[in-house]
Amino acid sequence: MVIYGVAILALCTVVGAALGDLLGLAIGVKANVGGVGIAMLLLVAIRWWLVKAGTLTPGFKFGVEFWSLMYIPIVVAMAAQQNVVAAVKGGPVVLVAGVVAVALSFACVPLLAGRKKPDEAGQ
Amino acid sequence: MIDVLQGTIAAQGLLVAFVVVGAIVFAAYFLSKHLTLGRIHGSAIAIVIGLILAWIGGSITGGTKGIADLPFFAGIGIMGGAMLRDFAIVATAFDVDIVEARKAGVVGAVSIVVGIVLPFVVGAVVAWSFGYSDAVSMTTIGAGAVTYIVGPVTGAALGAGSDVMALSIGTGVLKAVLVMVATPMIAKYIGLDNPRSAMVFGGMMGTTSGVTAGLAATDPKLVPYGALTSTFYTGVGCLVGPSVLYLAVRALMGG
Repeated sequence: MVIYGVAILALCTVVGAALGDLLGLAIGVKANVGGVGIAMLLLVAIRWWLVKAGTLTPGFKFGVEFWSLMYIPIVVAMAAQQNVVAAVKGGPVVLVAGVVAVALSFACVPLLAGRKKPDEAGQ
Repeated sequence: MIDVLQGTIAAQGLLVAFVVVGAIVFAAYFLSKHLTLGRIHGSAIAIVIGLILAWIGGSITGGTKGIADLPFFAGIGIMGGAMLRDFAIVATAFDVDIVEARKAGVVGAVSIVVGIVLPFVVGAVVAWSFGYSDAVSMTTIGAGAVTYIVGPVTGAALGAGSDVMALSIGTGVLKAVLVMVATPMIAKYIGLDNPRSAMVFGGMMGTTSGVTAGLAATDPKLVPYGALTSTFYTGVGCLVGPSVLYLAVRALMGG
């Protein structure tokens, strides 16, 4: 049944969000800490369990995979509601800080992900 | 008649958004194929069109939610809002390779720490060089270079002025936009083609919207790995911004 897949996906997302909020509260942060990540781990665990039990039906898979395929259109909608005007208006401070921060962070990706030890890039 | 139709549109908001986004994606793939001969990925173009619409919407209404502030496009706010965004991100985890994710666990955590400290230092130094030399302003703008959520959370905790807050948010939004647009272009130069580097990338860049949109336009298979690390980034940033990082700046700058 398709609804089972959608329901489990929704359950994982809601439980993850709740745990992320509680984790934020526990460490005194006004933000959700890792909610989506926790939800993803829950979903992966449930999938593993369903495969093991032999009860992962095509309907269930379709219920989840439809939403993963909707991801890019949802991102387009997300892009369309960013406060782009504020970013453009911020002037030189915003421009310099944003561009330099992003460029340096990009440059660090191969340093950390490569075969080198993480501490080489961590200084 | 206009009133009646406006009522229809308002009642069907989310469905109107599906139609609008479908049209954007169609136009983007058409441009990708015929204008760039497939060199720039369709989803990257679609995201850029989305950002242009956001700029147009913000310019017309003076609001903060891009095109979604126009009544006709209000459904875009639901479709691209946090609820459906997180729902779809979680769904992408269904095909995650657990072994790969586990292998990159430690380096993923390291990347979150480096990924927060590095842009923070850049933001704080730039703020200082433009004359914002007090510890609170430097910390707030530095935190904005982490993400556009860490910035205002930190600024609010430290009692920063509204002009500094605006710069902080602006820096964070620009970062998210730059990551969305630039990722597909630089992906091959930074080895962004496997789950391990995607997890490092997520921890390094941190901005969930930027990371997931950038990866979607690069290779949708990498989205869940980047999302896995970036989802912890903003939380950790909010934790260290007003505390450890502020204290460090104050120790260096005084008062």
